[in-house]
Amino acid sequence: MSDVNTNKVFFELVTPTFLAISEDVDMVVVPGVDGDFGVLRGHTPILTTVRPGVIKMYMGGAVVKTFFIEGGIAEANPEKCTVLAEFIHNIEDITQQDVDTRLSKAKENYEKDRNAGAKKELVIAEALVKSLNIEGTKH
Amino acid sequence: MANLKELKNRITSVKSTQKITSAMKMVAASRLKRAQDAAEVARPYAVKMTEIMTSVLKRIGSLDVSSKLLIGTGSDSVHLIVAVTSDRGLCGGFNSSISREARKLIRSLEADGKEVKILCIGRKGRDQLKMEFEKNIIDFYEGIGKAGVDFGEAQMIASKVIGMFDEGSFDECTLVYNRFVSVISQEVTSTKIVPVQLPEISSEAKIGDTGVNSYSTGYEYEPTEEEILDELLPQNLCVRIFSALLESSASEHGARMSAMDNATRNAGEMIDDLSMIYNRSRQAKITSELIEIISGAEAL
Repeated sequence: MSDVNTNKVFFELVTPTFLAISEDVDMVVVPGVDGDFGVLRGHTPILTTVRPGVIKMYMGGAVVKTFFIEGGIAEANPEKCTVLAEFIHNIEDITQQDVDTRLSKAKENYEKDRNAGAKKELVIAEALVKSLNIEGTKH
Repeated sequence: MANLKELKNRITSVKSTQKITSAMKMVAASRLKRAQDAAEVARPYAVKMTEIMTSVLKRIGSLDVSSKLLIGTGSDSVHLIVAVTSDRGLCGGFNSSISREARKLIRSLEADGKEVKILCIGRKGRDQLKMEFEKNIIDFYEGIGKAGVDFGEAQMIASKVIGMFDEGSFDECTLVYNRFVSVISQEVTSTKIVPVQLPEISSEAKIGDTGVNSYSTGYEYEPTEEEILDELLPQNLCVRIFSALLESSASEHGARMSAMDNATRNAGEMIDDLSMIYNRSRQAKITSELIEIISGAEAL
């Protein structure tokens, strides 16, 4: 932390189809596979897989943006934090109905064929329902 | 001399062909723009993925890695070739150059006594390879990238490839696709995607300025390097296929655009030639009719 004037961390959220976020934030909370972790400036270098869950960007003590990501990889170092996610959803764009259909479809497919892909989809759908329940009550 | 009616019909037909080719050129141009934009926005993810791969692999060099996707099956008797072509024709040598390359590869592999399996993406490639290697084609995909290349499609293909690899249906996999160089030129590229080739030295130079290298020694890994690698390798495969699909789609539209541009120009030349002949014969006919009338009048 050579520069004392800045206490922000540069956050990038990258998907295969677009660069979703590329800006300075006070803190970002990432759902790591071994638990959520917050990245502030000066975070120790870490590379981790990300489970399906919610990413929160904090500015001035409040959440400014919330995304649901369907898993991926996160990398953090003292200056920046990068999350590679295959699919992301803006939490405000998700409706309860979409989530419910997705969950029931995932359950159905998993019952039909218990393969790794169906399992993964089920885990994502369940995480999505959970995230929406938690986030939904706040808004 | 062809009769006038026939000539007129030909001119009309060439003119309508020209209208079609020039419309196709416009469509290809706008699709090319979109495909190029899509390839552009996909780049950061691929670059980042390569960076992370490189930094993990550097660490992992000393570790005992069991993932077959990285080290291979220890054999190379069965090869899988993934040929990326388009569903539609009328795009110059785009598809035939891929099938030529694939054919060359298959022949040389078979000459070495190896078994070859083919996975075709795009109908044209299958049609062309079917004649000679029908028994080798194990599956084919159609309609990929119809409405712009989607990451889900790449995932579908990647999971198919990984599934087959896990079943032990092949040992090595090569991806054959057209790399986009410019609107008028595409480069046939074949890259081995299984086992994963270590990223080239050239990509390491780029990493220096992004700051990954400077921390690569001090990284903490959660859960462990091996588990991250297990997650990373299939994803990396998926990204490789995705960027190949994007490159291929940009190349296809570029190839079609220049093919249609040529066709429009040729049609224009043909129309000029035909109109010249048409006008000449029309004049010749008028002249001979006049001579007939005049000599008829003189005879009276």
